[in-house]
Amino acid sequence: MSDRGLTAAAAIRPPLPEPQAIGISSLLSSAKRRFSHFFEWFGSLGVFSWQVLKAAITPPYEWRELIRQFDEVGSRSLPLVALAGAAIGIVISLEARYSLSRFGAKSMFPATLVYSVIQVMGPVITGLVVSGRVGAGIGAELASMKVTEQIDAIEASAINPYRLLAATRVLACILMLPLLTLAADACALLTGWFAQALVEQLSFRQFVESGFRGATFNAFLPPTFKTAVYGLIIGIIACFQGMRTRGGAAGVGRAATNSVVLASLFLILADVVLVKFILVFFP
Amino acid sequence: MATAYDNATRTSDLEHEGIVPVIAVENVYKSFASHKVLNGINLRVNRGETLAVLGRSGTGKSVLLRLIIRLETLDSGSVCIHGQDIAGLPLDHMGKVRMKMGFLFQHAALYDSLTVAENIAFPLEHHRRDISRSERMDRVRQLLAEVGMEGDLNKMPSDISGGMQKRVGLARALALEPEILLLDEPTAGLDPISSGEIDNLILKLQRERKMASVVVTHDLHSARTIANHLALLDQGKVVIEGKFEKLQQSDIEFVKEFLK
Repeated sequence: MSDRGLTAAAAIRPPLPEPQAIGISSLLSSAKRRFSHFFEWFGSLGVFSWQVLKAAITPPYEWRELIRQFDEVGSRSLPLVALAGAAIGIVISLEARYSLSRFGAKSMFPATLVYSVIQVMGPVITGLVVSGRVGAGIGAELASMKVTEQIDAIEASAINPYRLLAATRVLACILMLPLLTLAADACALLTGWFAQALVEQLSFRQFVESGFRGATFNAFLPPTFKTAVYGLIIGIIACFQGMRTRGGAAGVGRAATNSVVLASLFLILADVVLVKFILVFFP
Repeated sequence: MATAYDNATRTSDLEHEGIVPVIAVENVYKSFASHKVLNGINLRVNRGETLAVLGRSGTGKSVLLRLIIRLETLDSGSVCIHGQDIAGLPLDHMGKVRMKMGFLFQHAALYDSLTVAENIAFPLEHHRRDISRSERMDRVRQLLAEVGMEGDLNKMPSDISGGMQKRVGLARALALEPEILLLDEPTAGLDPISSGEIDNLILKLQRERKMASVVVTHDLHSARTIANHLALLDQGKVVIEGKFEKLQQSDIEFVKEFLK
């Protein structure tokens, strides 16, 4: 094609928008969309939490369902939480023995184990294990009920689904988490002591007396009871994700996954705030 | 449109008769995102009447039913139950209105972790705490007998057929002795014999209980059997409403096509 031909073709063809401009505008609109979804999600979560709170504090109370959820969240999570606690106890015992020996502080072993289990590892491990087991369970169960119209059927029967399904599960999580944490702590301390007792002479009585010497309620109760907040987070997020599900089997899968991922994430983020709170108010 | 439902005439008739309709749907609009589903619907159902809502898939028939029991919220217009607008009612008050309603879902929506008997006992356990366990079980047996399933008390929903699930769903909808019965595709997916049985069951219940019923269906034969009057929906509007004969005599092309 001659030069003149090329010029003519260029004159007919509409001018292309600058690639850079397209990239920036689409990026901006995508960011705007994500930003609004982010706030929409939190807004919906706030409204949902308010509905659950209202349902939880006003009669009639769903005692039978609450007791069923105590069993579902508490008793059925106990073996898993105890096993996780036992494993953590052994791991901390092995690590602490090695590190303390290097610094000539072997006598600090019982206190190190007790404090690290009760203040840090026990609550977090329990929270994450329950988040995985119970969060996924609640998310999938409620999502499945939602897509098969069972939640609509409950509502159509003049029963408040926030009261029957959400409030009972959230309350069970809040009340069971501290108890499960105590169980995890006990298992971790037992296996930690046992692992140490296998390599050197340390009676259980010596371990307890040395580990808990000078301990106050402030050192142990707030870290254990902060798991009630973990329970609130797990319960609310799992119920929220489950009850807003759309889209069949894929939606159920997404709800279960999102319940675990978001509950675990918010649990760890909340821990940052809670640790600071405990340090300030329970020194 | 000459053949369209003349709501004004009907309302004045009812006023002359001094009847407040059990269900009154007035100028209802409903959209999902940009998709308009209902576009100014007017319908009324009196005590003892059965209205069959017909139409193609996706014309908003089930949405209309869900609006009547407020499982969906409307964009504008009003839904009145016994003369009370339910749109702004608080949840607890709405609960009282819902106790007067029975709803059969398209896929029955039975609670899959409960047995057949527990499914029917479920509303009774929550709203009739005054009756004893044995009385409740008697009531469950009686309801199951009414729908012809007295032998399947302890079966799980997954162990019974679709038609049987619909019967159980119907028994559950009747548990609180409702004044209003809402049926979403009661015969969909059933063989002709099961459909006929469900139709006869609904007719029998209506004769005995004099409820106001709304039936959403594709099944013209079923609609003709169980309904006093029919409403045909297209593009979110009522194209025609009246007795089956009125629909048969209609000149509207869509009505003719639908009845074919």
